[in-house]
Amino acid sequence: MATQAQIEVNANPVVELEGVAGATPVIAVEDVHKYYDLGETKVHALRGVNMTIEPGEFVAIMGSSGSGKSTFMNMLGCLDKPSSGRYVLEGTDVSILDKKELAAIRNRKLGFVFQGFNLLSRTTALENVELPTLYAQMEKDKRLARAREVLGLVGLGERMEHFPSQLSGGQQQRVAIARALVNRPAILLADEPTGNLDSRTSVEIMQIFQDLNDSGLTIVLVTHEPDIAQFAKRTVVFRDGRIRHDNPVKNRPRAAEVLKTMPTVDED
Amino acid sequence: MDLLAILKIAVRALTRNKMRSLLTMLGIVIGVGAVIATVGLGQGAQEQVQNQIASMGTDLLFISAGSVNKGGIRLGGGATKTLVYDDMKAIVQQIPTVAQAAPGAGASAQVVADNQNWSTRITGTEPQYFDIRNWDFARGGNFTQDDVTRAANVVVLGATVQQNLFGNSDFTGKTVRIGNLPFQVVGVLQAKGQSGIGQDQDDGVFVPITTLQKKITGQDWLQNIMVSATSQDASYAAQGQITSLLRDRHRIRTGQDDDFSVRNLADVAQLADESSKVMTLLLASIAGVSLIVGGIGIMNIMMVSVTERTREIGIRIAIGATESDVLRQFLSESVVLSLAGGLIGILFGIVSSITITKVLGWSILISPAAVAAAVVFSMAVGIFFGFYPARKAAMLDPIDALRFE
Repeated sequence: MATQAQIEVNANPVVELEGVAGATPVIAVEDVHKYYDLGETKVHALRGVNMTIEPGEFVAIMGSSGSGKSTFMNMLGCLDKPSSGRYVLEGTDVSILDKKELAAIRNRKLGFVFQGFNLLSRTTALENVELPTLYAQMEKDKRLARAREVLGLVGLGERMEHFPSQLSGGQQQRVAIARALVNRPAILLADEPTGNLDSRTSVEIMQIFQDLNDSGLTIVLVTHEPDIAQFAKRTVVFRDGRIRHDNPVKNRPRAAEVLKTMPTVDED
Repeated sequence: MDLLAILKIAVRALTRNKMRSLLTMLGIVIGVGAVIATVGLGQGAQEQVQNQIASMGTDLLFISAGSVNKGGIRLGGGATKTLVYDDMKAIVQQIPTVAQAAPGAGASAQVVADNQNWSTRITGTEPQYFDIRNWDFARGGNFTQDDVTRAANVVVLGATVQQNLFGNSDFTGKTVRIGNLPFQVVGVLQAKGQSGIGQDQDDGVFVPITTLQKKITGQDWLQNIMVSATSQDASYAAQGQITSLLRDRHRIRTGQDDDFSVRNLADVAQLADESSKVMTLLLASIAGVSLIVGGIGIMNIMMVSVTERTREIGIRIAIGATESDVLRQFLSESVVLSLAGGLIGILFGIVSSITITKVLGWSILISPAAVAAAVVFSMAVGIFFGFYPARKAAMLDPIDALRFE
């Protein structure tokens, strides 16, 4: 499987970096609060979260539903803004950016992988992967080359012209990963990427993540499965809108090794 | 995103729901088709009117004998006997803005040739009549001033009369009977078709005025005088001069009504032109209403489409589509929809115009301007009615949109 990733850390940052890239954390979250105003009542989703993620980290965020982890993830993904506090992404305070600038950040600095894959149906794998490059105003030749490259990277070089409905869950998720990588983001955000997959396919996906992380990509993964979280380098547990635990993973298993111990399942 | 990519995505999204797209387009197709056909009809009618004006000449004045009031009983137009040949001579001699004039008097008569006969209008006039009216001969020629002087039994046939009596064969030089008198056919006029009010201009025969007055009607007064002015501008001056001259000659005192009327055909032409323009505008605006209804159909479907594709919009926003990207995507869909409808509508309009021309015989003129306007207008409909749904899509909250099932 061609997952030996060679991912460059974003070569064309949208906003100028402050200081030297190596010294800047990819993500710096300072005392972030998030309230939702529901008329009379105020829902407090995040109650003062502080977190720093350095380049090359692989963080698993855990927590039960209602713990605030989804809200935190949406905020990291620039889909939502904190009510108070600062969120600095690669030296840029994104909490002060306007919608258009946020769209550019999502497009070029962030790669999203969702639980439900979220591919466009009736659109081929290649076209799905090409989509972010369209919004990045890339030239056509470059777009196709990039899309083919990343599809090869996730082991789908042979199925570029397939439609999502013709692909298995694991393959669809790989298309989604390829789509997340196509604009060479600084960080990959995965929201329960194995939630809809069987255990073997889940480990396969984690293998891709580990390989990508080995080549320098920073990954933040939300999961509620402890086995999956073990593949990351660091686990952060949320509860009631606050970080409860933040620990490095000891005895981190290699997904490639785990796969060897698992029974093979026929995948079409 | 570049325009081509946007259009590709739009076309693909629309072909996904072919039936729905077609039905949505139908409103625009009918709207544009109706506009094209009605404007074509209106312009066809207008052109016909303009051609007629050109053929009858805009420098023409038509003097007709007026009504007369006999002890409170008013008789219809042409009832007076006061318009006479000398009036005509005076007009030509005394009014410098008048170029030519020809007398006119008429009666109905049965024209008989061999075993065929035809009831038609017989007009007595002088040779310059045809010149004034700009009428050409298809066969033979005019009668002469000498024929007028001698009150000769010569006749010029209208095309309809020729057709009904002789078919297509040439009968100039032969004799027809009008009443009990034999007349020699000297010429046949070129067919001119219907007049603006649907009258057959070719159904009539022409004889010297003297022949008509002396041998057929026995009346020595005129029913009308056809006058041509030296130019169209001069015709307005001539109208006033003729009026005062005739009032003078007929000894009409100030305050009394004219016993004749002078109509300027330029006015009549303008009026006809004006009314056909108004008609065109009216028809086109009725058709335009259906375009608006079509636009509302597009808006409706786009709203449905935005709701259906909420999740897709969420994905697009999450991977970096800006508000304007989403806006343009949906706007381009509605524009493609309406523009395609517009183009099909143009075809539909042209085809139905041709059908109308063939079946009903109305003349239709499809102008490139109307076609261009239809294209622009259907595009504008797409933008106008597509904007609200597209904006709704662009303003979606990505988190909610991604959660949408």
